[in-house]
Amino acid sequence: MTLALFAQYVMNGAMLGMMYALVAVGFTLFFGVLDVIQFSHGDVLAAGAFLALGTWVALTKLGVVSPVLLLAAVVVVSALGTALLGAVFARTLVLPLKGAPQLNVLLVTLMMGTVLREAIRLFYPGGSQPQLFPALLPTTAYGVGGFHLRLDNAILLMAGALLIAATHFFITRTRIGLAIRAVAQDEETARTMGIDFRRIVLVTFGIGSALAAVAGVMDGLYYNEIFFGMGLLLGVIGFAAAIIGGLGNLYGAILGGFLFAALQTIGAVALPFASAYKDVFAFAVVIAIMAARPTGLIGERASERV
Amino acid sequence: MTREGRERLAQALAIVFVAGLSLALREDDFALFLVARVLIVVIACLGLNVQFGYAGVVNFAGATFFGVGGYMAAVLSRGTGVPHLFILVAGGIAAALAGCVLILPVLRTRGHYAALVTIAFALLFRTFLEVNDSLGGPQGLKLPELRIGPWRFNEPIALGRFEASFLLNYVILALFLAALAFALVVRVDRSWIGVQLDAVRLDETSAAAFGIPIARAKITAFTLGNFLAGVAGALSAHMVGFIAPNNYSFGESLILVSILLLGGIGNPWGLPLAAAIVIVLPEQLQVIQEYRYLLYAGLVILILLFRPNGLVPRPLRRLGGA
Repeated sequence: MTLALFAQYVMNGAMLGMMYALVAVGFTLFFGVLDVIQFSHGDVLAAGAFLALGTWVALTKLGVVSPVLLLAAVVVVSALGTALLGAVFARTLVLPLKGAPQLNVLLVTLMMGTVLREAIRLFYPGGSQPQLFPALLPTTAYGVGGFHLRLDNAILLMAGALLIAATHFFITRTRIGLAIRAVAQDEETARTMGIDFRRIVLVTFGIGSALAAVAGVMDGLYYNEIFFGMGLLLGVIGFAAAIIGGLGNLYGAILGGFLFAALQTIGAVALPFASAYKDVFAFAVVIAIMAARPTGLIGERASERV
Repeated sequence: MTREGRERLAQALAIVFVAGLSLALREDDFALFLVARVLIVVIACLGLNVQFGYAGVVNFAGATFFGVGGYMAAVLSRGTGVPHLFILVAGGIAAALAGCVLILPVLRTRGHYAALVTIAFALLFRTFLEVNDSLGGPQGLKLPELRIGPWRFNEPIALGRFEASFLLNYVILALFLAALAFALVVRVDRSWIGVQLDAVRLDETSAAAFGIPIARAKITAFTLGNFLAGVAGALSAHMVGFIAPNNYSFGESLILVSILLLGGIGNPWGLPLAAAIVIVLPEQLQVIQEYRYLLYAGLVILILLFRPNGLVPRPLRRLGGA
């Protein structure tokens, strides 16, 4: 393998890893504050991507042509709309089932994901077919040797890294972040300290869902195509990433995301079977990791969640 | 009449009802197909009921184990001369063996983590089928008709003046197997194994403190459940005559779980009713066919929020006495 080809694979893996990490961070945040898994998270991501596409269609119909304005509007509308969606889910489905058996919460969120996925398929115009996603970023490519670095990919990577850094800053350095960590550590004590538990849960679900929406937009910009079922695989991968990193641990989620992307890339490139088996390989490794370390690589620690 | 006697009577009545219904519909292919399909799904859900309802082992790959049984049946009946009755059993065994791959991770993990293991397995299986050409790839495989001895299942029935569609054959076999599976599951529940499974589901720590072998209980439940799903899958594959990866998607697994939940988790008596509602309704109302996943998912959410024990909640176990 040439160096240029290798660099191409690394770049591709890094892109995937960034998206997975964004999704996994959401899972880990939700688990931190409420000890639940939001199984519809992947479909929230798909909803974010379709919301972005819808916004773009609406704005171009209105005659907006400035790419910067379009991009900003698309990202903001998608992130805010999806944040609202996540908060509504938390308010109507997850909070009322607090204290119910884990299985019920799991099922409710799984089924909510199905509702969302089917709603996109049935009610978005042409939603049952893959939809073309507009290229909103400059696609200039810089060649170094045989390696082509596309400007849009570089921007996406930078944006993803910045977003994760911002989330980290928010969780560790702000008052709301402090409250989120307090709730994650001990809900009862946090309540007695005057923290509005319900509000914190809603904020956390909003933030996590907005991150998923950005991941959805990234996915659309990267592949130029979105699909109503895209959330299922991305959600399961994000969840797998959060779990192999260790639920409730922000760094674990990021590590898990890049690890899963690395597994897929290795499965596609370096192993002796056809590249179509890359997901089979990656999921088999996830199952093996779960068998070896049932609570993830970094492990669940009660003392430090989020 | 004792409770056991009442249950026997109810079982007999249910069988008579299905048999009578099938005879009345004997010339209506589509109706018979639906009856057989409901019975097959009941078998698979009985398996899931042992896992979710008794042992508390989550399995979101029900359709996957169903599919393992189906593909096993296809491979055996296309490539070998194994008698078809054994093929149904082989389908079950294949599914149980496939489940063995997951036993270690399922035993070691709990709750969400175990759910992830089964979901990952479901996606893995489906991707594998789609990219593996020797199993037909996305186009799937065709199966020959089912034969047991001189009994040829794809021939219309004609006994003297009595005539019926060939699908009645499948209904008879499915009814027989469903009754068998039902009796098995009810007896497991009533036995000490059932009591142990309940204890394991409700509180693993105290179950262990009472000397209940948790790992053995979970393995028993998981394997038995997958076996039933596999048998159902093999029968279904033969009846439809064709299998493809699309029939075994994650969405189908969720539908099986919806049926379980609608019927009342842990109570096999609600399953036939729930399966009939979930399978027959969209076929009769073509308008909602397109919306079925959406409607079921919504329905399950409402059940979980407002009637978490299902249509026919599980009665409390009474130990000792009648």
